[in-house]
Amino acid sequence: MTMNSCQPSLVALTVDGREVSVPAGTTVFEAARAAGIEIPHLCHHPWLKPTGACRLCVVEIKGARGLPTACTTPVAPGMVVQTESERVVEARREILDLILANHAAECLTCEKAGDCRLQDYAYRYGVARTSYHGERRQYPPDESNPFFYRYHDRCIMCGRCIRVCDEVMAVNAIDYAYRGFRTKVATAYEVGLEESPCVFCGNCVAVCPTGALQPKLSVGQGRRWEIHKVRTVCPYCGVGCSLDLEVRDGERPRVVGVSGGDGPTNEGLLCVKGRFGWDFLHSPDRLTRPLIREGDGFREASWDEALDLVARRLGEIREKHGPHSLAGLCSAKCTNEENYLFQKLVRAVWGTNNVDHCARLCHASSVVGLGMAYGSGAMTNSLADLEQATLYFVIGSNTTEGHPVLSLRVKRGLRAGAKLIVADPRRTELAERADIFLQHLPGTDVALLGAMIHVILEEGLENREFVAARTEGIDELRASVAALTPEYAERVTGVPADLIQQAAREYARAERAAILYAMGITQHTTGTDNVLAIAALAAVCGQVGREGTGVNPLRGQNNVQGACDMGGLPNVLPGYQSYRDGGLRRKFEEAWGPPLPTGDGLTVVEMMEAAAQGRIRGMYIMGENPMLSDPDLGHVEEALRSLDFLVVQDIFLTETARLAHVVLPAAAFAEKEGTFTNTERRVQLLRRAVPPPGEALADWEIICRLAERMGYPMSYAGPAEIMDEVTRLVPSYGGMGYAYLGEGGKQWPCPQPGHPGTPILHREKFARGRARLFPLEFRPPAEVPDTEYPLYLTTGRILFHYHTGSMTRRARGLQAIRPDPYVEIHPDTAAGLGITDGQMVEVASRRGSIRLRALVTDRTAPAVVFIPFHYAEAAANVLTNPALDPQARIPELKVCAVRVRPA
Amino acid sequence: MSAVALKEQELKQRLEPILVRHGRAPSGLIPIMQDIQAEFGYLPREAVEEAARWLKIPLSKAYGVITFYAQFHLKPRGKYVLRVCLGTACHVRGGEKVLEAVSQELGIAPGDTTPDLRFTLERVACLGCCGLAPTMMVNDQTFARLNPQKVKEVLAQFAES
Repeated sequence: MTMNSCQPSLVALTVDGREVSVPAGTTVFEAARAAGIEIPHLCHHPWLKPTGACRLCVVEIKGARGLPTACTTPVAPGMVVQTESERVVEARREILDLILANHAAECLTCEKAGDCRLQDYAYRYGVARTSYHGERRQYPPDESNPFFYRYHDRCIMCGRCIRVCDEVMAVNAIDYAYRGFRTKVATAYEVGLEESPCVFCGNCVAVCPTGALQPKLSVGQGRRWEIHKVRTVCPYCGVGCSLDLEVRDGERPRVVGVSGGDGPTNEGLLCVKGRFGWDFLHSPDRLTRPLIREGDGFREASWDEALDLVARRLGEIREKHGPHSLAGLCSAKCTNEENYLFQKLVRAVWGTNNVDHCARLCHASSVVGLGMAYGSGAMTNSLADLEQATLYFVIGSNTTEGHPVLSLRVKRGLRAGAKLIVADPRRTELAERADIFLQHLPGTDVALLGAMIHVILEEGLENREFVAARTEGIDELRASVAALTPEYAERVTGVPADLIQQAAREYARAERAAILYAMGITQHTTGTDNVLAIAALAAVCGQVGREGTGVNPLRGQNNVQGACDMGGLPNVLPGYQSYRDGGLRRKFEEAWGPPLPTGDGLTVVEMMEAAAQGRIRGMYIMGENPMLSDPDLGHVEEALRSLDFLVVQDIFLTETARLAHVVLPAAAFAEKEGTFTNTERRVQLLRRAVPPPGEALADWEIICRLAERMGYPMSYAGPAEIMDEVTRLVPSYGGMGYAYLGEGGKQWPCPQPGHPGTPILHREKFARGRARLFPLEFRPPAEVPDTEYPLYLTTGRILFHYHTGSMTRRARGLQAIRPDPYVEIHPDTAAGLGITDGQMVEVASRRGSIRLRALVTDRTAPAVVFIPFHYAEAAANVLTNPALDPQARIPELKVCAVRVRPA
Repeated sequence: MSAVALKEQELKQRLEPILVRHGRAPSGLIPIMQDIQAEFGYLPREAVEEAARWLKIPLSKAYGVITFYAQFHLKPRGKYVLRVCLGTACHVRGGEKVLEAVSQELGIAPGDTTPDLRFTLERVACLGCCGLAPTMMVNDQTFARLNPQKVKEVLAQFAES
């Protein structure tokens, strides 16, 4: 590294008599901070560009005219700054006096009291009340949305909320309206936020220095000084945002709010689910005692009775029908430690590899495909690193809604000048911002990506050096894409050939191009092929293994990466170690005791099939809800009902739990310890903030108790000890002991204690040596529209709900803003079917039908309808096709054929 | 023109030349708004939305700019804009009574427009012709030394014939 060439020149100055040297261009505000002096401020915020609007940060600079604002004044050599001189203090008093002239100082009842900057400064400078008694702004509070209040009479016009909505979120729902005395923060045309572009991230609430913006959930829940914060990890998507649970202790400690934690994944920012979706924790629907089926209903039981029954019944089935008549689903929502113990129970105690979880339904294709091509099935780069890209290629990911805080990185990159290509059957929010939007038909990804590779190879745009040095199979790939011309792709995908060419050229020529993809790629019978096509595209162009590049599968659930890492898969032991490898198997047998099974276990969809056929007799499902998440729900219900014994462990009586013989009440994320591994392979600590309700127990405790009753003692002092066992068995987790994780966690591979972790994979060489380029062949989806079922159905997620809705539909705000299921239909298609916006319609496939409202929108293409899958009352998965990808065994949740008619 | 919303098609046709003329530089927001107002007599919401999209300016920002300036009007304006002066001289000589009379005669409050879009009533601080107080302007015409009776006569001149 050349130390001198890139070092910015330093400027020396004096702040309150302290000498400090800072890089040129630093503001006086930052220089003072570097000297350990915090200058009072209201409008300035580290997330935002300084504006100098509040004037409170004025300082006295020797020789300067007036009192300049520290946040907007750059340092100069030899500057002599006084931050608390008599003149400064007098000015600050006057400024506070003026601010208070238009501030309803209702500190007696204001929720913000105790954590209010205006209150702090009024106290510090002794400004008890205003001396200006004129007219006051009299705007009524805005209470229209379900998440937060806006009290205009407490607003000091600092503009933080407006700027965070603009500079950080790029949403721009609000701005100043009117002028002078009448100025207020408002949406365009003063519509309610629900009708504005607002996404309710609440980052405006987080930055508001006064009580003008208040979360509704926290009102009346306690004074700020009665509340302490517990740093933990968000329970929703795979981004793994750091968050602080605000807890009020007492006889029954409760979570009363959430604020963003300043972790490496989110830097303090949150989305609507993370910030306002926590109240499911205290829902009256929480399971508090074990339940045992009695007739059509359940009766409450003690843990001893329930666990004895589970151990006895599962034991009997194993005895009578053999170990492979049992199957277990572990959970992408549970901790690494819990998933590790669960698969250990299934393998070591039951003696079968029949363990899987809903990763099968989201990124099985990534695990298989990227494993084949690169040797590792995870996101190659990191969240922070995404900002380095000069081009984003987002395919099959509605990032803004599925991974909201991650999408902010992309937006930051776009602001810095990066290009954006989006490929999606729907015109997503990112598609609106794209330089090139490829609206391809569902299930035609290989044709699209293959044609891009075709163009790149034909025009010689590939990275020859990279291809020669770091890949194998270019000739086979070249031969296979010869037929995938842009013209052919146009016929198959519906995307104009010249757009495909443009996209190919832009991607190949970009200095640093990052691919982001999600379930639009993976949930297909060609899911593995789709992933292989992406892997080939990136490798051919050398867009992997460097900063700002890579192939980045965005994992859906908070711990789906970890559940896979921990061996919650039927074909591998923890750490993707094959039980077919005798040496590896023996390592685990030595650690665990019993001989381990060597036959392939069943995947999720295969388990259901086997259950329906009577080959699986008993199932243990932890924190999963296949009765909503799996394809062809009619068949899933039939399968689960035909089991001799079903035990479900969850925090709510889910659709699946309702079918169980025994239901075990589990602790939620805020009620236990453990680790989650996010989409960038970062292992982060979860901390207990409140006790579980009633007799509910952490999943790991339940598993231990059950294992013991099944004759295999599992005795751990806590999750830390379980992780210690993992570190000894899983090389990439070798340095993940709790003592070494640190505040921000670490990214695997992290092979030994003290290792810094690995932000970018495949830097020098690929995990498997060279990247393998697989030949590509386009296969259509298993089911395509015909005369009887003339439309494509694609399913997906929306911002305000999460997975099967068991949590978000019990969060008041989230449920209030999106209470009902709907189907998106293009205006032309709707007109042809005689359907108007808001009308009830029936959507039917070969597997079933549902009734829901039509949402007429041109977000979707004319040939395609879209249904979010979160809603049990009109479950999209009643319709979906359980046809499987031959390698990844993932079902084709993203494409099937349906018909729609007025209901 | 009636008070019904402009037909989408017609609005687009009349708007497009304005947008094309000014191009897409964000600094064109105010001149575009001025031209839209000249074309339609006010700023129809659909036209503002379309212009914001055209300029890639957030609608909230466009709204902020529009509401900042007194010259922009979000609601349709009357064919005749009545500006009743309430400056010092007019105030002393009974401007309030004049305003009240106009308001009563037209059945609208200051700031509003009659449903037939004939009259818009505004109060202004000073028209600069204090010697003629109390005064009122109807578009570009000034009327001097008014009283409630004279107001009726003035308005009659502009009533639908």
